[in-house]
Amino acid sequence: MSILVNKDTKILVQGLTGKTGTFHTEQALAYFGTRMVGGIHPKKGGESWTSGMDGAASLPIFSTVAEGKERTGATASVVYVPPAGAGAAIIEAIDAGIELIVCITEGIPVMDMVKVKARLEKSSSRLLGPNCPGVLTPEECKIGIMPGNIFKKGSVGVVSRSGTLTYEAVFQTTAEGLGQTTAVGIGGDPVKGTEFIDILEMFLADDDTKSIIMIGEIGGSAEEEAAQFLRDEAKKGRRKPTVGFIAGRTAPKGRTMGHAGAIVAGGKGDADSKIEAMKAAGITVSDSPARLGKTLAELLKN
Amino acid sequence: MNIHEHQAKAVLKAFGAPVADGVAIFSADEAGAAADKLPGPLWVVKSQIHAGGRGKGKFKELGPDAKGGVRLAFSRDEVIAHAKDMLGNTLVTHQTGPAGKQVNRLYIEDGADIETELYLSLLVNRETGRVAFVVSTEGGMDIEAVAEETPEKILTINIDPQTGVTSSDAGRIADALELKGPAREDMLSLAPILYRAFTEKDMSLLEVNPLIVMKDGHLRVLDAKVSFDGNALFRHDDIRALRDLTEEDEKEIEASKYDLAYIALDGNIGCMVNGAGLAMATMDIIKLYGAEPANFLDVGGGASKEKVTHAFKIITADKNVKGILVNIFGGIMRCDVIAEGVVAAVKEVGLKVPLVVRLEGTNVDQGKKILNESGLDITSADDLDDAAQKIVAAVKKG
Repeated sequence: MSILVNKDTKILVQGLTGKTGTFHTEQALAYFGTRMVGGIHPKKGGESWTSGMDGAASLPIFSTVAEGKERTGATASVVYVPPAGAGAAIIEAIDAGIELIVCITEGIPVMDMVKVKARLEKSSSRLLGPNCPGVLTPEECKIGIMPGNIFKKGSVGVVSRSGTLTYEAVFQTTAEGLGQTTAVGIGGDPVKGTEFIDILEMFLADDDTKSIIMIGEIGGSAEEEAAQFLRDEAKKGRRKPTVGFIAGRTAPKGRTMGHAGAIVAGGKGDADSKIEAMKAAGITVSDSPARLGKTLAELLKN
Repeated sequence: MNIHEHQAKAVLKAFGAPVADGVAIFSADEAGAAADKLPGPLWVVKSQIHAGGRGKGKFKELGPDAKGGVRLAFSRDEVIAHAKDMLGNTLVTHQTGPAGKQVNRLYIEDGADIETELYLSLLVNRETGRVAFVVSTEGGMDIEAVAEETPEKILTINIDPQTGVTSSDAGRIADALELKGPAREDMLSLAPILYRAFTEKDMSLLEVNPLIVMKDGHLRVLDAKVSFDGNALFRHDDIRALRDLTEEDEKEIEASKYDLAYIALDGNIGCMVNGAGLAMATMDIIKLYGAEPANFLDVGGGASKEKVTHAFKIITADKNVKGILVNIFGGIMRCDVIAEGVVAAVKEVGLKVPLVVRLEGTNVDQGKKILNESGLDITSADDLDDAAQKIVAAVKKG
């Protein structure tokens, strides 16, 4: 089993015809035949997209998400639309009733995401991101920009706020021979669709996920809330070995570190309080981002 | 992006918020004329720097007994004397760090008779994904101290983006601030005004500390600190024009031209990383092995060869840098693009310090090939641990 996506998931691409959308759609098609079923472009409906890689793959382009969904039976969409139009693209997917919307776009204005979040709350859609690397179930389905070659089918569930640290966790658990059930990037922006708790709940419920790696970073209180959630679930007997890491221990106070979300303000959201909360919830916290896989392997041995 | 107090007040005034009249000046010669434009008999002379704590701040060049960065003046002559005293000098506050900031402009403002000082701010509450008002009766103080000592005196009111500020929201804000009579009436119109300014101008923080009730019973925005969402500046030409480059680090200005997220730090290992999380983790692991990072630098997703070249130049321009660590885990970022950029930059600016490069992910083999065939003195690393140990060892040896 896996969470969120599997070999049957059909995906539309919003922003397929751009350079980024094209490159990563080719990569997805090449990854165990991920079922990319079409692209969306308001002015190019009726045309088709051809892979530049080998010219073999071709996908239909639809004018709207609603039309694409109806014609292909897609349940998921991935958004590569540039920042200025990305919020509207997500709202279009929500209105079309897409179940899983994955937004890769980095740099969306926060106020646009505030509007998206309000629409999301009144819908049954789930949004991953924005500013996230996507979701990947090894050997089945790759949505987004994660490099497929580092994955291996296995038993670790990976969830992270940071894209590239997701790759570290995947790379290291593959090197340890553990492999992954699914890796999920929830994104680094302050206002986003999915939080740690949502994904942790899915990993706890998934029988094939035997252990979890959770990677947070400074800013906000989502890690503390997630730790509390795991603590409460453990009391009910729902518990899986979990390794944690928090990026930004050495970050200066009051400065935004790249991610709009990564900022320590007024003693809140700092690494130490997050690490404390994680330890109190029984999570094994790794000091080094290079030892996530080894720490988990050692934990599983004991 | 941050702006000065006088600019923030002009923005808020355009939306209809009650602010005092005032004049910004850049030289002491303008002080007298500025004072004449205001009615008196009380003027306030305020240093304009992008940092808080100005009132309690001290000027480096003046003695310890000299007055701070915000001063009252009871005559035209006093305004001029203060202006001469303050302009061009360096103000040190608890937010500027020991280096302080040079005061290049002053804001001369009409004085107000203060009855009570309150705190009000707007921000995006990440827990609810909504714009929230944060208010407290404990105004004029450091709100972080209030949050620490008396958190029950701070109230957060989230606003539904589909309705905006309702009369019930505004009423709750007025209640929380214990406003009565004309001040309460003022708040019922001020709350929607501030919300509109915040959302229409894509602010990330609007802090009014203090918001005052004057002796005449009305509200006034006495101080204002506004920051804008950098991701939304593309749709606000008017706000972009308010940027004051003298307030920013030179290397950070250069980096922002190429859309690089760069922050100068105090260590000696320059870092170039893709992704904010990995960039922070790279800083953390350098420290774990006993050295200090010279900077935070996220080249972002989808960087071009040119962008990488500029990033490399910015790092090497920092004289403190004794070694460079490039750590790339390519997803959206392709390793071959990074490798081409690094090679181009080294060929252009030369390489005087050790360089360790760790590449992994999308197109990693092409990337490694480009580095190996470049003929340059680049140490490659297998993983993050290896990379951090190699660069720390190289810098300690040098």
